[in-house]
Amino acid sequence: MIFAVTVEVRGLSGIADPEGQTIERALPALGFGGVRDVHVGKVITFELDAPDEADARRRVEEMCDRLLANPVIQRYEADVRPAGGAGS
Amino acid sequence: MTPRIGVVLFPGSNCEHDVARALATLGASPEIVWHGDASLDGLDAVVVPGGFAHGDYLRPGAIARFSPVMGAIERFAGAGGPVLGICNGFQVLTEAGLLAGALMRNAGLRFICSTVECTVSSTSSVLTSGVPAGATLRLPINHYEGNYTCDEATLAELEANGQLVLRYCDNPNGSTAAIAGVANRAGNVVGLMPHPERASDPLLGSADGVVLLRSFLDAARAYASGSPQRTAPGSIAS
Repeated sequence: MIFAVTVEVRGLSGIADPEGQTIERALPALGFGGVRDVHVGKVITFELDAPDEADARRRVEEMCDRLLANPVIQRYEADVRPAGGAGS
Repeated sequence: MTPRIGVVLFPGSNCEHDVARALATLGASPEIVWHGDASLDGLDAVVVPGGFAHGDYLRPGAIARFSPVMGAIERFAGAGGPVLGICNGFQVLTEAGLLAGALMRNAGLRFICSTVECTVSSTSSVLTSGVPAGATLRLPINHYEGNYTCDEATLAELEANGQLVLRYCDNPNGSTAAIAGVANRAGNVVGLMPHPERASDPLLGSADGVVLLRSFLDAARAYASGSPQRTAPGSIAS
């Protein structure tokens, strides 16, 4: 069974985010007021062939822990759903 | 004795010959070790040099930590062998969990290539044991991701245990506590962003890296004299 996986990797709260700060400073200069708390992360998408959803989720968690995110500075959220579904 | 120092070469490393030359000039016998080699038999110390191991994709060191040589380095470090990570090598050692913390993009989001002053803030490491505490060294830095980061509990622990070996006098990259280099608890694994090998001769603009590399070679000699009988070159490693 093919699953569509979306992993969002973000900095842990309290970790410096210079990219987010740069955007936060730049937007008012372009006339976009009222913006605050900007954070920049990374989105990783892929398809995964797995026997069932529980197995897919387990493997995605392991991928995140070992490679896709560095737990010292980052947290992640993984979305796993059957591929080809409506709205995916 | 002439200590045998392994200098690890990943695809994308670019400082291995600089390190090897600096160590040879100081009386060591450097050997380039391919990242695919899973053995460090016969070596008295290991350096993970700078560069862009495996291209630095995803995060610096994220792929390199899975190279076969890393398992060997972990075992070598566990046995008390001196291990030094310079710049990208520091990033690799943190990703591998051999050193605490992580190295993020510089606070100013700029690649920095400069010579900076650093203070030796702890002498309980293989890199700083021969340097007077508080000594100021002029060392080159050359990085985009040298912003050392760790949580407060880790920082307190590093400080209490004398693991903060090197600090910038004028923090160039936003590092927590202006940290330029850290050691593990035992002091035999050290990582730093500055390049001591590029400050190993007055012709290079500074020779202040020599005291650090000499300390490291002394540690290698001490490890060699205290280590058990090693496998003879050419024999099959167990």
